[in-house]
Amino acid sequence: MVFDFFKKAKYFTVKQDVKRDIPEGLWVKCDLCNEILFTKDLERNHKVCQKCGHHFRLTVEERLHITLDPDSFSEYDAELESSNPLDFPEYSGRLATAQEQTGLREAVITGEGSIGGHRVVVAVMDSHFIMGSMGSVVGEKITRAVEFAQENRLPLIVFCASGGARMQEGMLSLLQMAKTSMSVGRHSEAGLLYISVLTDPTMGGVSASFALLGDIILAEPGALIGFAGPRVIEQTIRQKLPEGFQRAEFLLEKGFVDRVVPRPQMAGTLAGLLSLHERGGV
Amino acid sequence: MPTVFDFERPVIELESKIAELKSFANEKGLSLETEIGTLEQRASELKQFIYGNLTPWQKVLIARHPERPGSLEYIEVMITDFEELCGDRLYGDDAAIVGGIGRFEGRPVTVVGHRKGRDTKENLARNFGMAHPEGYRKALRLMKQAEKFDRPLICFIDTPGAHCGLGAEQRGQAEAIAKNIMVMSALKIPIIVLVIGEGGSGGALALSVGDRILMQEHSVFSVSSPEACASIIWKDSARARDAAEVLKLTAHDLLGLKIADDIISEPLGGAHRDKEEATTLLISAVSRTMAELTAMGRDQLLDARYQKFRKIGVHLVSDSSGA
Ligand SMILES: [Zn+2]
Repeated sequence: MVFDFFKKAKYFTVKQDVKRDIPEGLWVKCDLCNEILFTKDLERNHKVCQKCGHHFRLTVEERLHITLDPDSFSEYDAELESSNPLDFPEYSGRLATAQEQTGLREAVITGEGSIGGHRVVVAVMDSHFIMGSMGSVVGEKITRAVEFAQENRLPLIVFCASGGARMQEGMLSLLQMAKTSMSVGRHSEAGLLYISVLTDPTMGGVSASFALLGDIILAEPGALIGFAGPRVIEQTIRQKLPEGFQRAEFLLEKGFVDRVVPRPQMAGTLAGLLSLHERGGV
Repeated sequence: MPTVFDFERPVIELESKIAELKSFANEKGLSLETEIGTLEQRASELKQFIYGNLTPWQKVLIARHPERPGSLEYIEVMITDFEELCGDRLYGDDAAIVGGIGRFEGRPVTVVGHRKGRDTKENLARNFGMAHPEGYRKALRLMKQAEKFDRPLICFIDTPGAHCGLGAEQRGQAEAIAKNIMVMSALKIPIIVLVIGEGGSGGALALSVGDRILMQEHSVFSVSSPEACASIIWKDSARARDAAEVLKLTAHDLLGLKIADDIISEPLGGAHRDKEEATTLLISAVSRTMAELTAMGRDQLLDARYQKFRKIGVHLVSDSSGA
C-alpha cells in the first residue's frame, strides 16, 4: 500500500488525510491526453499516465515513497515554519490554508534515507504548498540539509518543484538563493556529490540557484524548467511559445540537463549514480 | 525637459517662483533679499519634508528616474585608467552589463555593473539594463579574472531584472544566474556591491553576492519588480504601488533586515539633482569600505561573507515544535 511506509517512519509528521492531485475516487482524467484512468492503476504506475506518459505532480510523501528504501527515511527540522517576517497582508492565512491542505509545514521536506542501500541526504519540494515557492524556511531547511551532508560527507539529492521565490517574504526570499547556492558550493568544494532532480515545475529563483548547480542534473519527462514563466515571456514577446519550449526535453537538447529519466526508472538511476560515487568502491 | 514627479511639484513650483523673483529683482535693480531669503528657507524646509518622507513607491520612481546617474557616470569619475572589457567568450557581448578594469584611488580593481540607457537609443542598445545569459557570463569571466590577479571587485546594481525571452531561456538564463551566485560567494577577493538604482530579482542578485551591500538612500532592491509582484500575488500589475508598500524594498527597510550593510546618502531630492555631490558621497563610502575589506585576511573575509548570507532569514523562522 502506498502510505504504509509513512505510518512506519518515526519522524514523519505528515497527516494521513492529505489532499492529493487525484481526488478520492475510482477514476481520474489525464490532464494531457484526457484519457480516463483507473486511480489504482495510475498509482501503481508511479502516477504516470499509461496512455501518454504524462507525469502527474507528486506530493512529498509520494516522492519519498517511490524513491527511498522502505523505512529508511528520517526527517530533519520538521518543526520549522514561517513567521510572516514582513507582515505581508494575507500571507499568514495563505500559509495556514496551505498547511491544512497539504499536511506540511512548508514547501520542502528534508532528511536522510537510503536509495539502493546508499545513505543520502534528500530534500523534496512540494508544488502543492504555495507552488513550492522558496521563502526563508525553504532556504533554511535546504541549507541545513546541505551543511549536514557536508559535515557527514554524504551525497545530496534535491527533488526540485517550485514556481520560484516566495513574493510574500520579499528580499528575504531572494537572498535564500544566495544562501542555498553558497552551501551547495561548499559541499561541492568538499568533493561531495550533489544530484539535482528537476520536476514539474522548476522555475525562477529555484532554477536560478541550487536546482541548476548539481554535479549531475536529471529531469522528469515533460517537466517545465526555466527562469521566466511562459506567460511572462509570451507577454514580453507578444507571441505564442513554440511547442515543448522550456520542457525537460528542450533543456536536454540545449545542454542544461544530463538526462531525462522517466519516473519508474528514477530510483534505479539514482542508486546507480550513487554507487559510482561510493568512496572506496571498486 | 527634466522629469518631475507629482509629489515634487510643490518644490519645483517654489523653486521657479524664487528664480522669477530673482530675475525680476535683477531687472528692476530692486533689493528683494529678505523676500527671497524667506522663500528659499521655505523651499529648503519643503524639500526636507517631502524628500525625508518619501513613500516606498516614490522611492521606486526616484530609483528609476531617467536622469539618475548610472554605472557609467560613476565609473567615469571614480575609476581612473578605465579599460572596458567585453564578451563572455562563449556566445557574445551583452551591453546590458558593462565591465572592465581600472584604478580606484590608485589601486587596480575590476568593475562590473548593469547599464540602463540614458535615452531611447541607448536603452534599446542596452535592453533597459536587462541582461541575457551572456551578460552574466561576461561578468563571471571578469570576476574570475579579478580573483586571478587578486584585485578587488566593485559591482553596480541597476536593473529591473533579467531579460525574459526565448533566447535568454534557450541559452540558460537560470544556469547563468545560479553559477554567478555560487561563484561570487567563494571568490577570494573583496567584493563591494553598490545598489545605485533599482535592483530587481535574480538578475540583480547575480552581481550582488558581495562582502558589503551598500545602498544609495533612494535606491530599491526587490525580489521582483513591484509590477511583477503585483501580477503574481493579485493578478494585477496595476497594483505595483501597493506591492511596493509591502515588499520592504527601500534601503532603510533592507538595512533593518540586515541585507544592506550601509546606506549612502544622496543629495536632497535624489542623486540626479546633484550628480557631483552624489558621486562624492559614493566615492567616500567605497573608500571607507575598501579600506575595511582589504585589511581583512582572506579566510576571515570569506567566512564573514558566508555568515552574512547564511544568517539571512534565520531569526525569522519560527520553531513550532513546542506547539
Ligand atoms: Zn495521458
